[in-house]
Amino acid sequence: MVVLIGVALVVLGFALRLNPMLVVTVSGIVTALLGGLNPVAILDTFGTGFASNRSVTIYVITLPAIGLLERYGLQQQAARLIGKLRALTTGRLLAAYMLIRQGTSALGLTGMCGPAQTVRPLISPMALAAALRRHGELSDAQIERVKAFSASSDTVGLFFGEDIFLAVGSILLITSLVDSTYHLKLDPLQIAVWAIPTAVCAYLIHGARLLWLDRTLARTTVEVAAR
Amino acid sequence: MIDAEWLYWLCGLFFLVGAGFSYRRAQYGGAAFWALLGLSFCYSTFVVHKTAAAWPLGVAVIVIAGLAGFGALGKAEIATTSQAERINAANVLRGKLFVPALMIPLVALIFGTMLASVTVGGKPLLASGTATLTGLGVGAIVAGVVGLVMLRPAGGLKLSLPLTEGTRLLHSIGWAVVLPQMLAVLGLVFATSGVGTAVGTIVSGVLPKGSLLLAVIVYCLGMALFTIIMGNAFAAFPVMTAAVGWPVLIQGFHGNPAIVFAVGMLAGFCGTLCTPMAANFNIVPAVLLEMKDRYGPIKAQLPTAGPLLVCNIAIMYLMGF
Repeated sequence: MVVLIGVALVVLGFALRLNPMLVVTVSGIVTALLGGLNPVAILDTFGTGFASNRSVTIYVITLPAIGLLERYGLQQQAARLIGKLRALTTGRLLAAYMLIRQGTSALGLTGMCGPAQTVRPLISPMALAAALRRHGELSDAQIERVKAFSASSDTVGLFFGEDIFLAVGSILLITSLVDSTYHLKLDPLQIAVWAIPTAVCAYLIHGARLLWLDRTLARTTVEVAAR
Repeated sequence: MIDAEWLYWLCGLFFLVGAGFSYRRAQYGGAAFWALLGLSFCYSTFVVHKTAAAWPLGVAVIVIAGLAGFGALGKAEIATTSQAERINAANVLRGKLFVPALMIPLVALIFGTMLASVTVGGKPLLASGTATLTGLGVGAIVAGVVGLVMLRPAGGLKLSLPLTEGTRLLHSIGWAVVLPQMLAVLGLVFATSGVGTAVGTIVSGVLPKGSLLLAVIVYCLGMALFTIIMGNAFAAFPVMTAAVGWPVLIQGFHGNPAIVFAVGMLAGFCGTLCTPMAANFNIVPAVLLEMKDRYGPIKAQLPTAGPLLVCNIAIMYLMGF
């Protein structure tokens, strides 16, 4: 039971926002000591663990190709395509963007869109402009709401899209961890396929809420006008 | 039989290139970090084949973590094209830019589905469990080559260009590049130290015997809650899997590991949507959009995260067993 102190250290360390690398290393050493491992055995475990879990980090092999494409305007080309959504209503625009975000993430292009690359310069201003066009003057609360949903369409799309791509950290962490610790032989593709049902649910739930945003905006505008 | 070792050496060499860039900028902490990481990737081959001792690698890993943890890496931007140059390039290249990028998942998928079962002289061509990884490596190389040929950078086909741009991204990710791997190491340390058995005893005392639904709920809810506290689903995964996922759901109820673990991780992602601890996902966008309420994005995500967690529980319960 005392080994659970090590687990508590991880939780505490992350919650206190200490450097994650230190938290992981220190709690690993403490847990191993409490579990009765001697120092050489601890070093051996860290060594074999590192060696057998290298596949987690293998996604770095894609960085030269992605970096090269970024140099020649991959993000700017994506921005141009997204700009074509300009004619839609706020809700439809955000739902369309979420589909793009989820789709490109599922193809491994997680850096193509993002809060800094697309949401701040494009999506949020476009969503606000669409709301202004349709509902007239917006209250502060409505502006905040549109911005919040702009950010969320990106985040939800990313989270539940990237897991369909084989070489994303979470998939490789799963396969590598369970293969080295529990001696299974899972292929990343097996895991990625099972991210699809949740991805569909995520799009249906959040997409519906994005579309609902148009109605909420219309209702709150009427309320403001009535007062 | 081809395994993934060549790919790990390629990664190792890439880290060494990264070390070279740091060294040239007199960032010796960063140079030491990347060099040690690169050498560890290569040395690991001998550890896996049991032709070299594992403990020196353990020492290296702890030094790597220490260099990262005490901020030895420093910050430096590697020069690249300007925004205006990129817009001009995109105006010329347009849709062509996506072609090399799409090569990576395409080639990986071909390897993972078609070449995975190819045998040569009765033996599988690609080692079990590595087909997709090998495909990813080949895909990344194909994408780089196609990119270079297609974009025809001025000044000829220089191999240094993808390496420089790749290192730019590598350095901007920094030590976080190995954090997932370190968390996987922690998972092994937990298992070796008996964390799974300890939590398993507690859980089997609390969980009514034989209630699969309750066990699935405990695993998914636990993933979400631990993620909310820690701000990181990757960190919650080794903990909850050692505690409930492996001993209860896989060994006890004979669940399908691929489904249980895939959906378990996604249950953790539902937690990430709700927590200010995941600042880069939830707080940074609010700052970027100059919102008055820093928690605005989280408030917009909460009503999605709840139902989605229920979906995950349903998917795991209905399809995983």
